[in-house]
Amino acid sequence: MSPADVLDPPAPGSRAPAPVLVPQATVAHRGAWGRLLRSEMRLVFGRRRNIALLSGLAAVPLLLGVVLFVTQDSALGGQGPGFVGRVTGNGLFLVIAALFMCLPFLLPLTIGVASGDAIAGEAQAGTLRYLLAVPVSRTRLLAVKAVAVLTFVGAAVLAIALVALVTGAVLFGLSDITLLSGTTVPLADGLLRVAGVAAYVALSLTGLVAVGLFLSTLTEVPVGAMAATVVVAIVSAVLDTLPQLAVIHPALLTHHWLDVAEFLRVQVDWGVLGQGLAVQGAWVAIFGALAWSRFTTADVTS
Amino acid sequence: MTTTQVANALATGPVVRTQSEGTGPLAVRTAGLTKRFRSGQVAVDGIDLVVPRGSVYGFLGPNGSGKTTTIRMLLGLVRPTSGKAWLLGEPMPEAAGALLPRVGVLVEGPAFQPYLSGRANLARLDASDATADPRTARRRSEEALERVGLTAAAGKPYRQYSLGMKQRLGLAAALLRPRELLVLDEPTNGLDPQGTREVRHLVRELADAGTTVLVSSHLLTEIEQVCSHIGIMGRGRLLLQGERHELTGRGVASVAVTTSPHQVGTAAQVLTSLGLRDVVVDGPGLEAPLGDVAPERVSAALVHAGVDLVGLEVRRPSLEQLFVRLTGEGFDVAR
Repeated sequence: MSPADVLDPPAPGSRAPAPVLVPQATVAHRGAWGRLLRSEMRLVFGRRRNIALLSGLAAVPLLLGVVLFVTQDSALGGQGPGFVGRVTGNGLFLVIAALFMCLPFLLPLTIGVASGDAIAGEAQAGTLRYLLAVPVSRTRLLAVKAVAVLTFVGAAVLAIALVALVTGAVLFGLSDITLLSGTTVPLADGLLRVAGVAAYVALSLTGLVAVGLFLSTLTEVPVGAMAATVVVAIVSAVLDTLPQLAVIHPALLTHHWLDVAEFLRVQVDWGVLGQGLAVQGAWVAIFGALAWSRFTTADVTS
Repeated sequence: MTTTQVANALATGPVVRTQSEGTGPLAVRTAGLTKRFRSGQVAVDGIDLVVPRGSVYGFLGPNGSGKTTTIRMLLGLVRPTSGKAWLLGEPMPEAAGALLPRVGVLVEGPAFQPYLSGRANLARLDASDATADPRTARRRSEEALERVGLTAAAGKPYRQYSLGMKQRLGLAAALLRPRELLVLDEPTNGLDPQGTREVRHLVRELADAGTTVLVSSHLLTEIEQVCSHIGIMGRGRLLLQGERHELTGRGVASVAVTTSPHQVGTAAQVLTSLGLRDVVVDGPGLEAPLGDVAPERVSAALVHAGVDLVGLEVRRPSLEQLFVRLTGEGFDVAR
């Protein structure tokens, strides 16, 4: 008996099939993508742990601002790494200082948590097999997960920046901004430049998101994927400090992260910023493709 | 069999939804389906499943016999090493997108987001289904919850559910839409006897409405009664499959007679005179293999000899005994 025989319609006179069910439309409804994405967003932003994470990140500029405010008249006032020393003079710098503080560890950790949840978390909970049996095509699911993680990371950067802006304005006031060269530009221009810093920081994290998602497709243990993502960011930063490896520095994931200072030059060199974003684009392309090829072919046995 | 006949048969007893293998349309069909994992372990070894439409197919076997891996291959979760599978006549996994919305599943126990309510979990699954109509989502989800008796607990977070409630939510998810085929992997796991009865009832009800049900279990007795067809797995192979009454009819039947204690001796003589051998007496009961003797001859002879017949039963070997004979091992060692 070949499969073709079996699949043929029954011959006339053979038994009628079981009582007929209402035929169901199996055509995709319009807006199905949006529906799935909204559902995913509700899942990510409705999770208490994720909201706690966002709140924790938002507390960083608050804490930093208060510390600087309390100590500004002491001998240590006006000192500190990065732009910390300039915050007391102009609250606008609190945005940049806070983002700098969160970049090396806290933001990669946020990416690790969100991307670890995305695939490995669903695998561990067993919900992945049910989503795929619904069915959601694996490509669509991965795309929606990527958008959700990127949105969450974007929200984290935005939360830090907004809380920093408000805290800075309340504690130190906002004023015309003095650039690296000593030139002063108006507050409106300064606000734009700070917004540019936040946007660049957010875009600089896309490469690590792709890496995190790829790692998430490799395991059923979300904590493992999370830790590995953080390790990738840290190892990249360490390699970036070794002069012996100068030749590979420009391609490192984290090498261009601090190029945001470009926004504080009189003439912003878009070439420098574009280069940094191009490197991120390459990481996204490579690890996005790896994540896709892994996720669309892997056996789901969890 | 027409719909009326089905209804009549239902009223009178267990339905056998006969459909000779191969001639009717099939709900599930596999050809040489094989899965060898990277570890080298062959979980499923060249099985040819034949599940006719409208049947309730009991997919049985001990834990670790390859049932779940087979089901995962049917649903496109696991890629077969070789062989092919068709669901509702469409090849899997190629046709998954248009096909799986017609298939409701419960695979290896329920799994949901622990911090979402039962209702929100169903909403999430429905939102993932590109072919589901969002306008009817709420109604369908409430109906599914109602059907499994979970309406009262639908607002509670999933992590607070008991095992039985989780299982019910899993069934509700499988019933979110009208389905042509239900694949239920161990649906009675974790349920108490009452819950198990309810699942059996639900399966029967769905089957009566025309849904084909492929139901797996490692506990034969729990689902044996609702199945029209049986497939038994052992060590990755499909040891046998077919209509249940055919399979169980194959074995040697015996007759068990219950009478009053002082008539046991007379009854034993009657049985022996009919040519039955190996009569075993146990209190007021007697049992002997029937051989070629028709059961009605036994009852007639007993009545004729003036034996008070308290009970007479023809016992066929259970599937469990059949399985033990086939494999030479216990069905479920863990129990």
